[in-house]
Amino acid sequence: MSALESFKKEVGEFLDQNCPESMRQPMKSEDDAYWGGRNGSFKNDDQKSWFEAMAAKGWTTPEWPAEYGGGGLSKDEARILKKEMAKRNCRTPLLSFGIWMLGPALLKFGSEEQKHQYLPDIINGKIRWCQGYSEPNAGSDLASLATSATTVGDNYIVNGQKVWTSYADQSDMIFALTRTSGEGKKQQGISFLLVDMAAEGVSTRPIKLISGKSPFCETFFDNVKVPKANLVGAEGGGWSVAKYLLTHEREMIGETTDPSAMIPLNVSAKKDIGMNADGKLADPVMRKEVAEWEIDGAGFLFTIARLKDEMKAGQPIGAKSSFLKYYGTELNKKKYELHLTNKGLDSLGWDGEQYEEGKLARMFCRTKGNSIEGGTSEVQLNIISKRILELPSE
Amino acid sequence: MGLVITEEQQLLKDSAKDYLKENASIALMRKLRDENDENRFSPAVWNAMAEMGWAGLIIPEAYGGMGFEYVGMGQVLEETGRSLTSSPLLSSALISATLLNLAGDQSQKEKYLAAIASGKIISLASEEGSHHNPKKVQLTAKKKGDGFILSGSKNYVLDGQVADHFIVSARTAGHSDSPKGISLFIVSADSAGISKTSATLMDSRVCAHLSFDNVAVSTDHLLGELDKGYKPLQKTLDIAAIGVSAELLGIIQESFDRTISYLKERRQFDKIIGSFQALQHRAADMYCEIEICKSLVIKALQGIDEDSFMLPALASMAKSKCCKIAQLVTNEGVQMFGGIGMTDDEDIGLYLKRARVAMELYGNYNYHLDRFATLNGY
Repeated sequence: MSALESFKKEVGEFLDQNCPESMRQPMKSEDDAYWGGRNGSFKNDDQKSWFEAMAAKGWTTPEWPAEYGGGGLSKDEARILKKEMAKRNCRTPLLSFGIWMLGPALLKFGSEEQKHQYLPDIINGKIRWCQGYSEPNAGSDLASLATSATTVGDNYIVNGQKVWTSYADQSDMIFALTRTSGEGKKQQGISFLLVDMAAEGVSTRPIKLISGKSPFCETFFDNVKVPKANLVGAEGGGWSVAKYLLTHEREMIGETTDPSAMIPLNVSAKKDIGMNADGKLADPVMRKEVAEWEIDGAGFLFTIARLKDEMKAGQPIGAKSSFLKYYGTELNKKKYELHLTNKGLDSLGWDGEQYEEGKLARMFCRTKGNSIEGGTSEVQLNIISKRILELPSE
Repeated sequence: MGLVITEEQQLLKDSAKDYLKENASIALMRKLRDENDENRFSPAVWNAMAEMGWAGLIIPEAYGGMGFEYVGMGQVLEETGRSLTSSPLLSSALISATLLNLAGDQSQKEKYLAAIASGKIISLASEEGSHHNPKKVQLTAKKKGDGFILSGSKNYVLDGQVADHFIVSARTAGHSDSPKGISLFIVSADSAGISKTSATLMDSRVCAHLSFDNVAVSTDHLLGELDKGYKPLQKTLDIAAIGVSAELLGIIQESFDRTISYLKERRQFDKIIGSFQALQHRAADMYCEIEICKSLVIKALQGIDEDSFMLPALASMAKSKCCKIAQLVTNEGVQMFGGIGMTDDEDIGLYLKRARVAMELYGNYNYHLDRFATLNGY
């Protein structure tokens, strides 16, 4: 047996023993997820034991180096773990912006001290992180951000406001872009700071969305003292960190809207609309719309696979991540439009058990943000124009 | 298999690109058109293609071919789309060779596949109307003595005006729209009773309308089983649709590249027009759609080589998407070139015109969208 085969066997046995049956069901809502943190609580014992088993092996972050508590797996091993988990429908044991966003940035830009200080607590779920990028006047034009960090002795004093900070009201720490200099190009005066949400002067306020939910907050900084040791990368070097993370985020958004993760549209359409006597969807206009969407959806899946194969063959993904973000989010929005048309008024119930508390209607509303967050569709098209097609700036 | 081409396929693609650029460029296409050449392709170029092995790319080595795979053939077809090269590569070397290989017996394969590999032209005569409909076969083949008598007509036979042989779908049983009771015959083009009328289409290529007036063929010209020709025919038509999709992909990419170049050189309002966001976003959107086309085409080509059970769906996905995006990209090309795009001097319009013909061949957008839905049970 090759090393990978025996690893596969070992993983299989571990999962069979440690992943309880209830953790092998699809999550019904975000409430079923474990996010960790000082205030995090487990929904039940199964969730706790599953998380603890995975965290003990460092498999909440399979590919992170073992010296920080990560799984230390090779790419091939990580792929096997992912596959074996998928085979058993194992839930992701820990959802975390620390894992998806801050960790990769620390691994690339952080000091050795910072890595040892922060990575273990991300891996074992002790600290929950949130992201502070956007501001009321710095959305698509992120580099014009104004939250200031002024040097006073060994500290920065931070003042300003962030917006669209996901789950800021439940997080322990925030990684934030701040302005340390107003000189020169606006991208050059930005610094990447780690701020304790419990520090004096930090406050949050949830934002209610059109979906009726509040996954985002406004976060305010009023003379918040932040030790200089919490600067990641160089002072004024925050833009490179942010750009690296945004590319990472776009790839992820492109992938999380992976159409294979969704119920095939035609299955729900058949149920919602019904079939006519010759075996066709009863609404011919919807039949066309569904077929068009399914072809684009399949084409998008094949394209993700193709770009991965090209990456393996040595062609970096680069600005193509903007294509994935743009196309994936637009497809997802379109899909929910089609669901609404298929179900008619039944899709629009806002609360009550009959309508699963408005699940579909609220999801529909939420999808409208897909093409705004993480860089709008228009920004992605700008990036494709400039970086891939090399069209000139006006 | 990854969704990327192999080194060997890349070499084939590069050599095709180089050859076509040197020897079969748009200048040649214009010359044949303006001289009103009756075939609209250069026999010299076709012979050279055959000598390079392209005519026998997918034909097994045992029958005189190269025994390459369809992914390789797709790369060459894509390049002919870029260069707008007219040749019997699609009609004979892809479509008829596929059908003969699927349905022919040993001696038919030995005879006709070797002929195709050497550059002889065999054309499929399957369409009878203006819309792709392979089940609708009214041309009849009636048993008589030791053979059959063919009567009826076929339309839009690619390279039909110069073909040495035709593969004809004929009704031997069943009603005129039924897939059951269709038989295939391979018929010499100079058989008594066949008359041809040439038709020049918008892309300046020529095809033939054929009339069969009591054409006698012997039993050994029956290709495959009597009454059971639809199955190999349909599979061939799937492969034809994928081949045309590969050509469309070439057309799409070349028109897009030319449009982007033009956006970078044309000045209006004292600015390069490519700096206008109104044009940039449309260009970027086309870029994304082309990425999807590339994936659907390579997936479909691999599906042929892997003999995937998904082949019909893969074919319909590739063809419908390539039709839609070819329409988008060639329309946007002419629009972004502006007035000059409307002139015959500028090449962009030639891509628009070839695209419209290729979009219609072996099932247009509507045909394949409808078929995809049907295949998926709705």
